[in-house]
Order: sequence, then C-alpha cells, then structure tokens
Amino acid sequence: MAFITANWNPLGEAFYRKTELYEMCWNLRDGLRDCLVAAAPYGGPIALLREPVRRSPSSRPQLEIYSASGVAIASFPWKSGPVVQLGWTVSDELLCIQEDGSVLIYDLFGSFKRHFSMGQEVMQSQVLEAKVFHSPYGTGVAIVTASSRFTLATNIDDLKLRRLPEVPGNTWSAGEVCRGILMSNGPELYILDTTSCTAVVPPGLGPQAGSIVHMSVSFSYKYLALFTDTGHMWTGSSHLQDKMSEVDTKKTTPPKQMVWCRRPKSQQPSVVLMWDRLLMVAGVSHDTIQFPLEDPCVLIGELDGVRIISSANQELLQEVPLVCQEIFKIASMAPGALLLEAHREYQKSSQKADEYLREIKEQSMLGEAVRQCVEAAGHEYDSNTQKSLLRAASFGKCFLTDFSPEAFVSTCRELRVLNAVRERGVGLPLTHTQLVYRQFYPLAIEVCRYLKIPDYQGVSRVLKHWASCKVQQKDLSDEAIARAVCVKVGDSPGVSYSHIAAKAYECGRPELAIKLLDFEARSGEQVPLLLKMKRSQLALSKAVESGDTDLVYTVVTYLKSEMNRGDFFMTLRNQPVALSLYRQFCKLQEQETLKDLYNQDDDHQELANYYVTASYREKRLESRLSLLQTAVDEYNKAKNEFSAKATEEEMRLLRFQRKLDDEKGAGLLGLSLQATMEALLALGLHKQAEQLYRDFRVPDKRFWWLKLKSLAEKEEWEELEKFSKSKKSPIGYLAFVEVCMKSNNKPEAKKYVSKVTPEQRVKAHLAVGDLEGAADAAIERKSDSELAAVLARCPASDRQLLDRLNRAAAAAAKK
Amino acid sequence: MAAHLSYGRVNLNILREAARKELREFLDKCAGSKAIVWDEYLTGPFGLIAQYSLLKEHEVEKMFTLKSGRLPSADVKNIIFFVRPRLELMDIIAENVFSEDKMHSPRDFHILFVPRRSMLCEQRLKEQGVLASFINIDEYILDLIPYDGDLLSMEYESAFRECYLENDQTSLYHTAKGLMTLQALYGTIPQIYGKGECARHVANMMLRMKREFAGSQNQILPVFDTLLLLDRNVDLLTPLATQLTYEGLIDEIYGITNGYVKLPPEKFAQKKQGEASKDLPTEPKKLQLNSAEELYAEIRDKNFNAVGAALSKKAKIISAAFEERHNAKTVGEIKQFVSQLPHMQAARSSLANHTSIAELIKDITTSEAFFDNLTVEQEFMTGVDTDKVNTYIEDCVAQKDPLIKILRLVSMQSVCNNGLKQKVLDYYKREILQTYGYEHILTLNNLEKAGLLKLQSSSRNNYPTIRKTLKLWMEDANEQNPNDISYVYSGYAPLSVRLTQVLARPGWRSIEEVLKMLPGPHFEERQQLPAGLHKKRQQGENRTTLVFFLGGVSYAEIAALRFLSQMEDSGMEYIIATTKLLNGTTWIKSLMDRPESQSS
Repeated sequence: MAFITANWNPLGEAFYRKTELYEMCWNLRDGLRDCLVAAAPYGGPIALLREPVRRSPSSRPQLEIYSASGVAIASFPWKSGPVVQLGWTVSDELLCIQEDGSVLIYDLFGSFKRHFSMGQEVMQSQVLEAKVFHSPYGTGVAIVTASSRFTLATNIDDLKLRRLPEVPGNTWSAGEVCRGILMSNGPELYILDTTSCTAVVPPGLGPQAGSIVHMSVSFSYKYLALFTDTGHMWTGSSHLQDKMSEVDTKKTTPPKQMVWCRRPKSQQPSVVLMWDRLLMVAGVSHDTIQFPLEDPCVLIGELDGVRIISSANQELLQEVPLVCQEIFKIASMAPGALLLEAHREYQKSSQKADEYLREIKEQSMLGEAVRQCVEAAGHEYDSNTQKSLLRAASFGKCFLTDFSPEAFVSTCRELRVLNAVRERGVGLPLTHTQLVYRQFYPLAIEVCRYLKIPDYQGVSRVLKHWASCKVQQKDLSDEAIARAVCVKVGDSPGVSYSHIAAKAYECGRPELAIKLLDFEARSGEQVPLLLKMKRSQLALSKAVESGDTDLVYTVVTYLKSEMNRGDFFMTLRNQPVALSLYRQFCKLQEQETLKDLYNQDDDHQELANYYVTASYREKRLESRLSLLQTAVDEYNKAKNEFSAKATEEEMRLLRFQRKLDDEKGAGLLGLSLQATMEALLALGLHKQAEQLYRDFRVPDKRFWWLKLKSLAEKEEWEELEKFSKSKKSPIGYLAFVEVCMKSNNKPEAKKYVSKVTPEQRVKAHLAVGDLEGAADAAIERKSDSELAAVLARCPASDRQLLDRLNRAAAAAAKK
Repeated sequence: MAAHLSYGRVNLNILREAARKELREFLDKCAGSKAIVWDEYLTGPFGLIAQYSLLKEHEVEKMFTLKSGRLPSADVKNIIFFVRPRLELMDIIAENVFSEDKMHSPRDFHILFVPRRSMLCEQRLKEQGVLASFINIDEYILDLIPYDGDLLSMEYESAFRECYLENDQTSLYHTAKGLMTLQALYGTIPQIYGKGECARHVANMMLRMKREFAGSQNQILPVFDTLLLLDRNVDLLTPLATQLTYEGLIDEIYGITNGYVKLPPEKFAQKKQGEASKDLPTEPKKLQLNSAEELYAEIRDKNFNAVGAALSKKAKIISAAFEERHNAKTVGEIKQFVSQLPHMQAARSSLANHTSIAELIKDITTSEAFFDNLTVEQEFMTGVDTDKVNTYIEDCVAQKDPLIKILRLVSMQSVCNNGLKQKVLDYYKREILQTYGYEHILTLNNLEKAGLLKLQSSSRNNYPTIRKTLKLWMEDANEQNPNDISYVYSGYAPLSVRLTQVLARPGWRSIEEVLKMLPGPHFEERQQLPAGLHKKRQQGENRTTLVFFLGGVSYAEIAALRFLSQMEDSGMEYIIATTKLLNGTTWIKSLMDRPESQSS
C-alpha cells in the first residue's frame, strides 16, 4: 500500500507503471521462442502456433488456444499448410493466414468454421507478411506477397479483395494498415490505396533520419510511429499532418515489436519498443524508460496500455491515470490524497483525521475528493487498493449532504464484476460480451442482471449465444433441443430465433432449423434462411406476411429461377400480393411475360390494355392495326363494350388518316379525331371533315365550335355567315360574337349580336363595346347583376347613361 | 437554419437532426475526397435535410446527376451513388461503372440506397457483374422528411397509383417503417385510428413491427396522443377541387416542389430609381416557402380573398416602422433603430415578394375562366345537376382546354354523384378520346380502377347524405374571419378534415352510418405504454394528433387542419404527415398512362 508508487517510472510529464496481471497457468516447455502468437485485444484469448514453418509430416505443429490467464481452451495439431500470421476478429474468431493466401477461420474453441482465399495470384507468389486489422466495416486482412504486391480485404464477412497498384521499385521495407496501406521504401513513405500509390512526407522527418524500417499505428488508428535504421523514432498523427516527437533510441537494430501505449485522455502518447532483451518506453520527451527482458515476450496493444505476455507471466504496462497520480504521488496535496489520508487516520482513531478533513472542507473540495477516490478505484487493478480508495470515498461522502451516489454505486458494481472475471479460472477482464463468447453462460447472465443491463442488450444476447451453441450438441435429438431452447429463451426480447435456426442449419440440422423458425416472430427474418433451405413456398408466404415488398421480390426472383414456368405461375396465383408485384416488375422489365400472366388469369381487360400499349410501339400501320384488333377482341371478351367500340373507332380513324395522307399528303396520321378535323378544315377539305363529323357521330356542339373557330381563323367571314345560317346554332350566337372579337373583327361580331338569346344579350353588347345597347338590354331585363356589370364598365363621364342605369337599378332593387 | 421546424408543438428538428447525423456518419465512413452521383429525384428532398455546405464539410467535392454513359471526370477518391432502390437506376449505375473501368485511374465506388437497401437491386447489380466493384453498400433510412414545423412528407410520388392501381404496397411498408422511426424519436403513440384499406394495412404492419421489437421498450414520453391514418380514396373529392387558400393557389397555378416555387420573373424585376430596366430577367424567380418567413406563415393558410387585406395591413405596419427613424433622436434610439433594420428590410422584401405573387394570382382568379370553373365545381359539390352531361365541361372540351382540367371536372362530377349513368359516362369518355386522342383510353381505365370515374350502380347516390351529415357544404363560409374549415374552399369543407374533426369531438361513433358508406374499414387500436410513461395531462393542455394521409394531401387540407389546431376550444393540435404533397393536377397526372408513340 505504502509502496504503491514503487513500480512507477517517470517519463516527461507522466508516469508509467507495469502491473502483473497473471502468473500464466500454461506450461510452455520451450517458452515463446519460435512461436506465432496472437492475442485478441480487450484481454482476449491467446493463440499459439509452435514452429509454424516446420513441414515434416511426422511432427505437425500444434495450434493452441488459451485464455488470457493461460488456461487451455483448445489444442489440436495443425494439418494444413504453413501459416504466416495468426489474428483475431472482432468477434473472437481466429484467422490463420497461410503462405498460399488461404485464410482459415476457427472459433474460440478451435472448431473450424470456414475459409477463404486472398486471391489466385497470391498462390503462386506466396504471402510474405500479413496483418489482421479492424475497420469500421469489420475485421480486415492485408497481405503482401514475395513479389511486393499488396492485397486488401476490408471486411472478411463481406469479402471483396482489392489488389493494390504496384509499388515503386517493387520493394518495401515496412508496412502498416492505415487509410489504405502505409508503406515505406527506404526513407520514402507511401500511401497505397485501391487507386494509386502516393508519396507522403511525415512532417519534420528529414531524409537524414534514414530508412524507415518499422512502423506502427495506434489502437485507435489515430497515431503513427516510424522507426528508422539510424535509431530515430518519429511519432505523429496518422493523417501525417502533425508531428508529435522524434526520439533517438540509440538503437540501430529494428525492434522486434513496436506498439503504441496510450489511454483515452492520455497526457502524452508514447510507444513501447521491444528488442531481444530490452523493453523501452519512448514518448514526447527525450528520456526513455528501459526494462530488461529475460524471456521472449509478445506485446499486445490495448485501448489503455500494452499487455506484455511472456511464458511465465503477463503484465500490463500503462500510463498512470492522472487521478491516480494525484492521489498517490508522493507528498500530493490533492483533495483525494488528503481524503485517503484522513480515512487512514480515522481507522487509526487519530484526531488527525479531523485535521485532514477540515483542510479539504476549507477549500470546499470534499466532493472533488470523493470523486477522485471513486475514479481512481476504477483504475486500480489490486483489490486492496480498490477497497481502501472506495472506503475513503464512502467516508468522505458522509460529510456531504447532496452528493449523488450513482458513480460510487456503479463503480462498486463494475469492480465486483471485473474482479470476478479477472479470476484466474475465467482469466479475462472487461465486459459481458466477452464472457458470453467464452461460454460462461450462468456467470454472464448474473453479470448482466447485476449490472442492470437492459434485457435486450444483456441477458437476451447471452441466451441467444447459449442457444446457438445448444443446437450444435450432436448428442441431443431435434425435439429435445427445440424444447430446451424454447423453454429457456421463451419470448425474451431481442432473441432472434432465425439466427439460432441458421446455426442449426449450418450444423446440418434442417429439421431442427424449421422447428426453431416457427418461434420467430419477425416473418421477414425467416425468409433468407427458408430460401437457403429450399422451402421457397413457405419463404414466399412469410415474405408477404412481413409487408416488405423487396423481400417478396427477392423470393419471387428466386422462385422464378428455381421453378418451371407453369409451377411458378401457379405459385404466384396463390399469392395475390406477390403476383401484383411481379406484374409491376414485368411491366418495367419483361413485357412478354406480362402478357402470359394476364393470359393465365384470363384478365382480358388488362390484356386489351396491354395490346393497346403495344400498338403504340409499332412503327408500321398494319402491325398497329392488327394489335388494336386483338385489343378489340380482348375488350369484347372483358365485356367492356365501350372500350371495344372506341378502339374500333381508333382503327377506323387510322385507316382514314392513312388514306388521306396517301391521297393528299395531309400529314394526319396519329392526330386525334378533333385535330384531324381541324387540320382538314384548315386545308379546306370541308367535305372530308363533315364526313368524319357524321361517321364518328361528333356532337353538334363540338363540331360547330370547331368550324366556327377555323373559319374565323382563316377570316372566311362570308363562309362563316353562311354557316351561322345553315341551321339554328347549337352553341348559341354569343360564341360567334366572341370568336369574331378575338379575331378583332368588330363589324362581323356585331352582325351576330341581335341573334343572341336575351339572357346573353348584355354580355354580347358588352363584348362588342356597345354600352348603350348593353344598358338597354339590361334595363329591359331588370336584372341587378347585369345592371351592375354594365355600370362597372360605364365611364364616369357619361352622366346620362349612369343616371339611367342607376335609376333602373334602384327600381329593380325595389321589387 | 431549420429553426422553423422547432417552433411547433412537436419539435420536428429532432427528426432532421437524426437524419443529418446519420448522413454525416455515412460520409465519414468513406475516407477521402468524394463525388456524389445523384438520383435526380432525391436532390429536392435531400435539400431539406442537408445543404451543400454539410456535404462539403465531409469532403464532398463534386456532385453529378445520375445518367447513363460515362461518369464525368473528377479527381476524387470516392464515387458515391445516392439512389432510390429501382432496377432501372441499377442499370445506369452498371453502365457508369463499366465505362469507368476502362480508364486508367479507377475510383472507389459506394452506393447509398434511400430509403432502404434492396436485395432485388443488389441482385441486379450482381447480374450486371458490377456488385463486386462496390466497396460499401449502405442504406439511408429517410422516410418522413420534415417540410415544416407541422408537416412531414415522404414525397413518394407514385404512392397512390401503386396502392390503388397496381396493388403494390411498397409505399405502405415505407410508411409503417417511417412511423416506427418517428415513434423511436417521439415515443409510442398510444392510440391509432384509421379509415380505409391502406390504413388498416399500415396499422397492422406497425403493430407487428412493434411486437417484433418487443424488447427494446421505448422509454420516451409520448409526444403524440393519437395517430389517425386516412386513405386518400376515402376522400377522392377534396384534391379534385380547386384550392382557394393562398398557398393552395400558388401550388395550383405554379406548383410547389420540395418547398420551392418558380414564378414568372417579370413581376420581380428589380427597378432602381430612374433606371429603365433594360433587360428583364428571363430565369424564373425561385422562392422558398415555409413558416421561417413570418409573413408567409401568417397568410399562407388564409382564403385568397383575405390575403389582400392582410398584405395591406402588413404594409402599413412596416412603413410605420420605417417612419420610426424620424422619431429616433438620441444616439441610443438610433442605435436601436439600426439594430432592427435587417429584420425590417427582410420583412419589406418579403412583403414585396408576396404582393407580387398575390398580383399574379389575382390576375387568374379574377378571370372569367376561373370563375366559371369554380362555379361548376361548387355546383357539383352542392349536388346541382350532377347526373347530366354538364355544358361547361362540353364547352371546355370543345375549346380543347387542358385534358387534366377536364379529367378533374369529370371525376369530380362522378364522385359527387356516386358514379355517372352509363350514357353520361360514355359520352364524356368519347368526347375525351375523340378530342385528345384514343391513347387516353388507358388513362380513363386507370381513373375507373381508382374509383375516380365510376359507373353508377343501382344503389342510390349517397353523396348527399354524406354531405349533409358531415356538413361538407357551408352556405355562409366566412373567408375573412373564418369560423369553420369550409373557408379553405370557400364553402366546401374537406371531407378528410371533417372526419378528423369529428374524431376529436364528438367521436366517430356519432357518424357510424356515414363511415360505412365510405370505402374501407374503420378501426381503433391501442398500443400499450410501459408503466410510468402515461402522460399526466395539465388542465387545459392540448392533445396532439398525427394525421397521416396515405396517398397524398393538398395544401388546403393542411390549412384546414392548421385552422383546427388554432381554434381556441378545439383542444387538439395536429401534425400532418403524408406520402406526397399534391394537388388535383399532379394527382391526376400521376394516374395517367401515356404510351410512347413510335409513329407520327
């Protein structure tokens, strides 16, 4: 307790400490020499492959998986090809990257899941180096071949291989994955992405610094460290905008490993470098911390430090958090430090406790003191230190009235959990997720409940994982498993039965999968698996049920490729929603199929519409007519008499237009009936226009309007007058007045004013600008509104007319 | 920037901010410089979520419109396609990608599907052999876009057509999803009412989705008390009628798209003193219309006949405010005056704009043609001679007025008569085919399928009963100081809004008979709230209803709902959501079919 700072090492502004996490449980005969080692971050598992390149069939290398404390989880002989690199994915799956570019995936317990290849080309030229990295898209793999070609896959669950462009000179000395691939060739640094290879210059790194022989990006991918053959280490931001420091390590051999060591809210980022017998922490200042090493070690970058694994033990090297510094620094006067001291004196029943407390309270820093103690407890690994800090906090809290206990309570809870999982038997720190993956189900569920994690984030996830494993138990019957899963999982929120079913199917138990799918509430979720299991009919009805039309389309396209046409149509017939969606699809993509669909359903109306539409796509009149004839037949079958007749009419019109186009070059084809008549009148083909008028039973009104306008347009006033007298106008004579006025022919317009019916006479007089006449008519009809209309147009100068109108209006109003 | 979204009862800015956040996250996933290739239809709605400046901050350097052929050259690392999930767009994208590969410096491709990823489209890209070229395929869930402080739209143009003509309920799925997103942000809506087949379908999907996510209990205090889902086909009449509010008329005459209107430039020419304006602007004047503009918020929902008075009152206030400067004597007073200047100048230019717009509209509303058209509409709505061939329509056909106008009128007559007699219907149809061309037979068939044109069945015309029970026609509508929603159509009270009003008080039970006459089921559902989220209502606190129009809503209907919100004793505030903002013309247009002719 008193020596808590014993393992602190100053570096610049900060202190670094190395804490032992575990004495390793494993018993490695040859240590870590000649081993490929990969440990997952967040205290994850460790994979070990001894002598990976030895190829003698008699002594196969052994692949071993351990928990972070060294408890064996799995072990099996490696029967596949030589492995270049091991790595863990974000979901704790082990990736084994082989020399030939194939990547084998195992789960935490060493069972083989699947494999993929990094490309054909790789097989010939062999993987020289490989890297597993984490990106926003998931876990990625980058490799470089002996011929210096880089290949990248940003997400192994959605594999897309990117072969990167050639690098200048076809050689390279060090590489890292960061915004594409960062790669050096002598003193030059390049960023290699899918499209180009761009030279970049780290700010402040001169060429005299030498060739870059090692590089490393930080856990957060925000910082970059470069090591040159002159022993210089440059650090800066990974987008190469700023430099942070440059340190001369005075070492000319490249380090075996170089890992960033920083924590969120770090005071100063630094880098841990490892040589055969030396561990060095180098940061912003020119000093370094050096630790001698006895055994070969492996460094694992963590979010808040570096884990150092050797065959004997495991240590955590980290920057001492600021709050711990403040409390434990020798002769610290920080409120937290005083509070800790006060509590210590209190336990000794010394009155000094009161003095310390007073000192804090005088500065009104008691709240801050408690907060510091609570926070520091969270950072400490040793449970005794945790306890004394929390006790001090609790002691200080007694003298505060309105201090929220929340932080205190949750820290206590979290520490209990963390301490529990750090137990050697479990052998890992941190969150419940990692617990679950390691199949400590009861503990995980307890942890979730204890930490009050909402069900759907906590317990449900544990249950889901448990069920996924359960279905893999080969010794139980489908029935038994389905029942067990159902009883345990019930309808826990957020548990996807589809997911569990998919697992069952993967393990070759389709019957179990179907049983489990039945429990799935989300119909949409069931579809992909059902399709995979070739239960397409069921998939279709589930897709329809979900309401997600895209899903329906997906199943429909699938069915279409799977079934023969007849069966396919029959299936659709039983699913009207799917059928209409498919029709939509055909309308845009497959007109011919559309026709077949209508045919099958005897939908004559739609068939007829189809033929009408098709007729417009035809260039030749004959084909057009024949399609229209088919449409007529279909309309008849659909008992749509009107449409049948109208289409016949259309055909008649087309024939007529064609004939006239041939005879007179009238250019009529495609015009509407009205436009045709208009064109004929404009051409002076009155007889033909009249013929259409009669043949197509055009209403008189419309024809009169047409002829009236046409004659006025051509200014054939005599013709117009003759026409007006041909019989009683069905559109009245006001129309004549207005049309003439539109052509600015007042004298002609006036001719028709007298013929206008009394109701419209005022309007007619006004139209030709005859105010007197309008006034007479309005007075005669004694209509308010008409009188008002005339009054509105009457100029103020015409007093006489105004008086007359006003008098009449007054009289009309009296009535 | 979008402050007007947060003024209302419900802060819709939360929705916008959520959408912006998601967009930023997506853009940051593609590291490096980018060019966006836009599905043109999306640019308008996206403009309401994020301006170019936001995109620029995230290294978007170029923007292109999606079209076939080769992509324009741009020195960027990433090409991102922002597209709706449609097959025809996939083909264009494939073409783009193919032509790119031949050039020497390939770029990284990404797709962002709006509003949802589609397996069908990805399959298509796969068939075209380009799926593997995409580094990242993602979705941007943008269903409901905030258009104003109380208005959300999906701007899903073909929603009505798809639902009623093609039996394609994709838009309803998006609607249900959109409502789930809304509930995630604003709390579970405890009560759901609905009328119509589509409403029923949406409610069913919502309830099922809620079950599916049973675990993630929403802990947000509900903002909405009620959701009302209304099928457009419950009220086919309202959008057909000419809107008579200020905003409605702007939309009818010039068309408002994504909150913008384009106006003829002449009236807006800047005339400086003495300068003869030599060259008149030829580009249409583009104005943004929303409640961020104080004056517009004040007059948008007024009957147009009341707008003139409002404008002149405003003019007086503004000039009085400018006169204040003569009274400003002390330095302090002058300083205060100057500090108000920007606001006053904005008000003055806003006034000038709206005076010009009002003049433009007035030229039209005072024309005889407008008056005649309105008279006929009102005759139909009041049930005058709806069973005979209408001479005005005949004349309009003879004059070859725009086809859509004819279709609006005929449809209106049919709706107001609960279908037309065979003879009348056939007569209209023949007139249309002979005058505008036989190809419109497809459009006519569509209108019949949608129920806009109908053959009168033997049962009697029930429109008069509906009209009387719901008081759809108010003889003495007060346009200046309205006391009823009927002012928005100068007499006609929109059926959809009446249903909403009755639901709030006295409840639908009072109109069971009428509800049965309208198409589709009506229903009520309750969604359980977690304990502790039940609202403790303050005395006199208004309730909030979200009214969702499936298949579109007109500005006049929105105005009517706003009027109800403002009525002192209504006790209810309305937020409006829809698949599409529409008017009679855009609506009918969406139902038309035009075969592409090869000849002629």
